[in-house]
Amino acid sequence: MSKPVVATTSLAGCFGCHMSLLDIDEKILDLIELVEFNKSPIDDIKEFTKPCDIGLIEGGVCNSENAHVLKDFRKNCKILVSVGECAIMGGLPALRNGIPVKECIAEAYLGVPSVENNKEGILPNDDELPMITDRVYPCHEVVKIDYYLPGCPPRAELIWEAVAALVTGNEMKLPYEVVKFD
Amino acid sequence: MGKSVKSICEEYNNDATRLMDILLEIQCKNGHIPDEAIEEVAKTLNISKVDVIQTLSFYHFFTRDNIGDYTVYLNNSAVADMMGRADVAEAFEKEAGCKFESLSEDGKIGLYSTSCIGMSDQEPAAIINGKVFTKLDPYKVKDLVLDMKAGKTIDEMVEKYGDGHNASDLVKSMVFNNIRKKGPVLFSDYETGTSLKKVTGMTPDEVVGIVKDSYLRGRGGAGFPVGLKWDFCRRTQSEETYLMCNADEGEPGTFKERVLLTEKPKLVFEGMAVAGYALDAKQGILYLRYEYKYLKNYLESVLNEMREANLLGKNILGKEGFDFDIRIQFGAGAYVCGEETALIESCEGKRGEPRNRPPFPVQKGYMDEPTVVNNVESLCSVVRIIEKGADWFTMMGSRESAGTKLLSISGDCKYQGVYEIEWGMRIRDIIEMVGAEDVKAIQVGGPSGTLISPRDFKRTICFEDLPTGGSMIIIGHNRNLLRDIVLNFTEFFIEESCGSCTVCRANTVILKDKLLKIMSGKAGKEEIDELKNWTKFNKMANRCGLGQTAANPILTSIENFREEYEKHVKMDEDFDTGFDLASAVEESCDYVGRKPNL
Repeated sequence: MSKPVVATTSLAGCFGCHMSLLDIDEKILDLIELVEFNKSPIDDIKEFTKPCDIGLIEGGVCNSENAHVLKDFRKNCKILVSVGECAIMGGLPALRNGIPVKECIAEAYLGVPSVENNKEGILPNDDELPMITDRVYPCHEVVKIDYYLPGCPPRAELIWEAVAALVTGNEMKLPYEVVKFD
Repeated sequence: MGKSVKSICEEYNNDATRLMDILLEIQCKNGHIPDEAIEEVAKTLNISKVDVIQTLSFYHFFTRDNIGDYTVYLNNSAVADMMGRADVAEAFEKEAGCKFESLSEDGKIGLYSTSCIGMSDQEPAAIINGKVFTKLDPYKVKDLVLDMKAGKTIDEMVEKYGDGHNASDLVKSMVFNNIRKKGPVLFSDYETGTSLKKVTGMTPDEVVGIVKDSYLRGRGGAGFPVGLKWDFCRRTQSEETYLMCNADEGEPGTFKERVLLTEKPKLVFEGMAVAGYALDAKQGILYLRYEYKYLKNYLESVLNEMREANLLGKNILGKEGFDFDIRIQFGAGAYVCGEETALIESCEGKRGEPRNRPPFPVQKGYMDEPTVVNNVESLCSVVRIIEKGADWFTMMGSRESAGTKLLSISGDCKYQGVYEIEWGMRIRDIIEMVGAEDVKAIQVGGPSGTLISPRDFKRTICFEDLPTGGSMIIIGHNRNLLRDIVLNFTEFFIEESCGSCTVCRANTVILKDKLLKIMSGKAGKEEIDELKNWTKFNKMANRCGLGQTAANPILTSIENFREEYEKHVKMDEDFDTGFDLASAVEESCDYVGRKPNL
């Protein structure tokens, strides 16, 4: 039997969840025994080359590119997992959600001291750039999400356990201290 | 202005615990409570302005802005909607020339929504300047607004009076009692004073003993044994004890207490006096919801009549030292004040926020003294139990629910109204009794109760099976359960949360959003269970019954009508979540000056 195929991506996140995944240390050797990676920053495959079994999503949706990538993941993966707070609830980027997007752009490109040389008041509007969404969306508001892994970031063992559970079909252990942090 | 505020405060001995009464009078006199009045009240009562504002801002019927010479409060309960509220509201808006929750341009007519006003058997209904107008339709609304524009007095606008005491000179209301079934406890013949005479020959302990033996359980909904409550209260050592009668029936679909107070006020007051004797309380307070303020003059005159007959006052019926009198405390529009500790807070002139328990009211209640809060119907039953004995009472009803229950039945049935039935009656028989056909569901016990399906129609009304405080709403087959019932009730709880506990304040809104998402057809199938999981927090983390039961409309409808939810959700993997990239990026593209390339 061929190995299950895993894809990962970081949308509006900080890559912290991916860092946490790498935090499984030498277990990463076990992991690549267990699964094959496809589109992912881990192996730097940029586009899907085959249908995948599991997609791990870090970060929410803050622009058009995030939305496209996420929909692409839904199309190519059997199971999608929202990994970490940003994917689940929007997280830190969603702090802008109470503020109109115009004000956010104005503050970033016209208001802050670091852009005082922007005398002409240029706003980035090249067609190549992703378009900013009106607010940051959690992944499940854009596509169907099958599972949620809480944490900021979810600790390494949790990600490991989750992937192992999905691959082996065993029930996952989720002790209280793993999902509750206060 | 200043002088009259002072004199109002004076009337209440400048007592800050009577702030509710003071604010009510100012509101009635001026149509609103202006800032100068707030300052004047604070100064006169020697409390801070914020103390006045926090009470004022809590209650629906206190307003700081002018709400018109004629103020329409149109009920927005589920039953009102079922009976055609939408057309009535539209007619009001058209005739008055303003939208709901606002004032007409000339400042003459204000249109506002309000939670259930206790008229579910004669909806759509509205309170206009304190008077109740029932069975409204667009034609009647047209006439009403014409009358307003012509400057008629509110009394002139009531054309026909209702039945019984509703037609009496002191009430003059178009409300109907709709008493459909008279039972042996509440509506059989009784000569006022019989029980009071009897208790004067007994010790208070004997009176408590009889009530305990009767197994009478509180009729407000929770069903705590009345005798036990009295016993607990008597065990608290104190100089002063208070007896309160809870007539704040705000549970949508309930109106039985309105009928009892209209037709049997003496029974209610005598019950209070009997309880006063048993508890050695000197003062009783009837906490009456603002919506029933049209009964004020009538009830005051009944009290006077009873004082004259020495059934209230000093040395009642010649019994040395048996002093007991009653005052009426009006609420000002807050469902949560039906919770006994919130009711006590309100009586003390504060926001109606439930207290932490323990201590329970029987230990530390009104003015920090031991206090018993009993429901109107419970106290009426007490009178008949004293008269006829505990055995007579326990002969009726079921094993754990003795006696009779007064039901308020409304919705899709032929004979809406109040029914006094013995506990233990089958739902199926009730449906037949009220002339309902094609019943899809019944809301038992109001929004905080249970939404049952035909599978449960073999069950019985009693504490050991289906308990109820008295509200039963019959829902016919043509109704959209989620939209007409569940959503309406969820919005009701959002509106009526006192805001003290986070879960009640916030989770109700989260639940509503999730419900709307499912109703919009943009949710996946697992979101039904997720919604159900979110309802758990309400039971877990709220202080009072309101918060704990606020998720019941959603919870019980998922349990009993899952198919209604499944109709809306998507079963496939790549369903449309409703996310629309084009509209999501529209604003930012517009601002930076680029054409969206989707």
